[in-house]
Amino acid sequence: MRERSYVVWLLLIALLLLLVINPLARLLWASFQHPETGAFTLENYVAAYGRWRHVEALVNSLVIGVAVALLCTVFGVPMAWAVSRTDMPAKGLVWAAVLGTFIMPNYLGAVAWILMAGPNAGWLNRIYTTLTAAEAGPFNVYSKAGLVLVIACYSFPYMFVFTRSALDLISSEMEDAASTLGAGALRTTLRVTLPLALPAILGAFIVEFLEAIALFGTPALIALPARFQVMTTMLWQMFEFPPRVQVAAAYAMPLLLVTVFLFWLQYRIMARKGYVALTGKGGDRRLVRLGPWRWVLLGYCLLVTSLSFFMPILVVLQAAFARAWGRGFSWDNVTTRNLRFVLLEQTATRAATLNTFVYAAAASVIALVLALAIAYIVARRLVPLGRALTYVAMAPFVIPGIVLAIGFYAAYTARPLVLYGTAWILILAFATRFLPIAYTNSDAALRSINPELEDAARILGAGRLLSLRRIVAPLLRRGLAGAFILVFIPATRELSSAIFLYTTGTQVLSVLLFDKSDEGNFEVLSSMGLILVVVTVALVLVGFRMVGRDFLLRRTAT
Amino acid sequence: MSRLVLSSISRRFGGVTAVDRVSLTLQAGEFVSLLGPSGCGKTTTLRMVAGFLDPSEGTIEMDGRRLSSPGATVPPEKRNMSMIFQSYAIWPNMTVAQNVAFGLEVRRLPRDEIRIKVRRILDVVQMGHLEGRYPQELSGGQQQRVALARAIVVQPTVLLLDEPLSNLDANLREEMRYEIRRLHDEFHITTIYVTHDQAEAMVTSDRIAVMNQGRIEQVDAPRALYARPRTRFVAGFIGRTNLLGGLVRGDDVVFDHFTIGRERFPDGAALQGPVSFSLRPQAIHLHRQSPAASAHVCVIPGVVAQRAYLGEHWDYTVRPAGSALALRVTARPHEVFDLEEKVWLELDPRQMALLEPE
Repeated sequence: MRERSYVVWLLLIALLLLLVINPLARLLWASFQHPETGAFTLENYVAAYGRWRHVEALVNSLVIGVAVALLCTVFGVPMAWAVSRTDMPAKGLVWAAVLGTFIMPNYLGAVAWILMAGPNAGWLNRIYTTLTAAEAGPFNVYSKAGLVLVIACYSFPYMFVFTRSALDLISSEMEDAASTLGAGALRTTLRVTLPLALPAILGAFIVEFLEAIALFGTPALIALPARFQVMTTMLWQMFEFPPRVQVAAAYAMPLLLVTVFLFWLQYRIMARKGYVALTGKGGDRRLVRLGPWRWVLLGYCLLVTSLSFFMPILVVLQAAFARAWGRGFSWDNVTTRNLRFVLLEQTATRAATLNTFVYAAAASVIALVLALAIAYIVARRLVPLGRALTYVAMAPFVIPGIVLAIGFYAAYTARPLVLYGTAWILILAFATRFLPIAYTNSDAALRSINPELEDAARILGAGRLLSLRRIVAPLLRRGLAGAFILVFIPATRELSSAIFLYTTGTQVLSVLLFDKSDEGNFEVLSSMGLILVVVTVALVLVGFRMVGRDFLLRRTAT
Repeated sequence: MSRLVLSSISRRFGGVTAVDRVSLTLQAGEFVSLLGPSGCGKTTTLRMVAGFLDPSEGTIEMDGRRLSSPGATVPPEKRNMSMIFQSYAIWPNMTVAQNVAFGLEVRRLPRDEIRIKVRRILDVVQMGHLEGRYPQELSGGQQQRVALARAIVVQPTVLLLDEPLSNLDANLREEMRYEIRRLHDEFHITTIYVTHDQAEAMVTSDRIAVMNQGRIEQVDAPRALYARPRTRFVAGFIGRTNLLGGLVRGDDVVFDHFTIGRERFPDGAALQGPVSFSLRPQAIHLHRQSPAASAHVCVIPGVVAQRAYLGEHWDYTVRPAGSALALRVTARPHEVFDLEEKVWLELDPRQMALLEPE
């Protein structure tokens, strides 16, 4: 006798397959499909990789990816060490600045850096020319070096979080053991502490690389005006009218394969527990006394966070409230016109603001319900081969957003299921993209509930669905609120999948911000970005109250 | 009150057989314990009775209605049973009264009737004054009482208890044993009680089923189980014992350096070949002078090899003269013997329980 709830589980599993497997399968199929006849062909791969322009973009992506990962290491590792293991002052400030960096959408960071280091007019150049009386400033964000710096500024928090978690787990006894053998503080740090954190640093290096090559917003804002291409911008151009989905699919395949492989490698590195010193709670951790050097270290931390957070947020605020940003900081330049324009007066931005939050909320709910159901099915072994569902639910983690979007496009622009042109394709794509975050959190929340609580309801006569509603759901509420925020925040700012899937009427703020960037109206761009930041900060504060201060910068959350 | 019949049920997980052809019949209103070490299959058996698990083989019937058979199992919510869990499983998001009312609400009883029943049962378990509390505000024992009230209030056909006292401290555990038996005497619900603690089983049960490696070794009333264990495992698991191996030769049963005439054993005529017996330490008495032998008393000379004073009694280890055997003997506190002292062991062959050959 099958339970009545069985139908519900099968429907949810079907939805999971529709969201994850179908787009991937269609993507793969499209890459071998002739655009007109639909027959099997390898022509798409020839078209994708037969042109030097395309190959060059691929090479650019790889070079920039490695450079970004290196720069992130330079930024993130010393900061993590300083916060975790030294007596550096003002750690709270540094931590808050890293959190602030994390909260800035990367494309808003790019806008800020254009304001700071645009040729001639950028703030840094103007300061330089004022100070030196030179003709022109040396800074130009529209360059490969500029792109690397900007991407690194907004992805180094991963390096910081990974490294810090690893360092937090190394007990002082490990260091003491080296000290008693006669090693000095520097030697101990270099020979014992950092090597123990090395797997985490290596893992973070891989994540940084993958982030950088999958990123769309920052490269599109910086590389295109600088007249060079990376993979993601190239993919986007393939979607210029008429869209060449098949070629784009073929072109995206290496990105997908590299990502899957490197995540597997990262997982292997991080899983080698024997290497990391996991001695429980880290024992007693004493802080390294740096003496005067602690001010040097603080200076370094503040320099990095100035580049990533303090200066950018300052110029964004200035621009958002300025009549013309170039006129600088003066009271007669201050206005709320831009914000009023974005929020109230202009229909396109007003609609986009609304869309952003409605879509993100809908996507978060869908992702959470689905993730919870799958986690439940797996935990209670309701269907055979349940563990495979875990892998399916976690798969979007290793699919770059842009690749997922192409898959969605390939799967849902043609019959039987036409979603393109509706809000649903965006909502479902967002839900799929952040399903892994929802899944890890749902799974953890579910595991914290003793199954006997549910058994007790059932033996007293409540069916499975009633038990879930009356007992399990109320107990999960708290844990899921945190998960909701963790899905909602990235969903409000998602650009790389939205850019392929929006149509007129379904624009979201990120897309609009990107669209308007070539008009050069940086006051309005900054205003739109600021709205996202303000909402995110509010949500993060709610999250702090409900779940605890570490919920956003946990390693599992990334 | 219902009659429950387990017919040769088995349960396999992958290649492991957790429960192996268990058969057990509970009369209406009977209290039966499943007693055994961890991993013996007792909880798996209970969860099959509750309907959380399908049997791989065999059937479970209640009052002639088939509840479980491979691939066709009535789900737990349709069995009208109740269960008490090791963790109590009191829902932390509901008050005491709401917890107890849940089963009645699911049965769609009128609101007033629910209120009356909840109040009455909470008084029975002495929790009436705490009905508005949340579980986090209760002690372990109080949570246990709520769990009992919640299980009993729905008047289940069968009550299932899964190691309900294992999370309580020793004093409370002793108190709750009697409480559980008291509630059974009041409501007469057919009950299966899973435990690894023999004292709990002995206090609460009408009969005890001793389980080992997925099988039931023996089902008997507590006294019979203690006095006449049928297997080596049961003899060793329930209380302490001496295992005596012997060989039937002619009219005698020959042990290590002493013999006992076979006619002295109950059913002595049926004995043959190698035999083994369980003899409780309390069934042996020590004497300084040889007591008079009689039809029921055998007297064997021996030497005290080890002793320990435990307050309530003495624990002696005595070697029969010339034997390699070491017999454990329990003696009252005033029966003091020295180490190496020569003593006489008095034992009654009628108290020697014949064990099944392995």
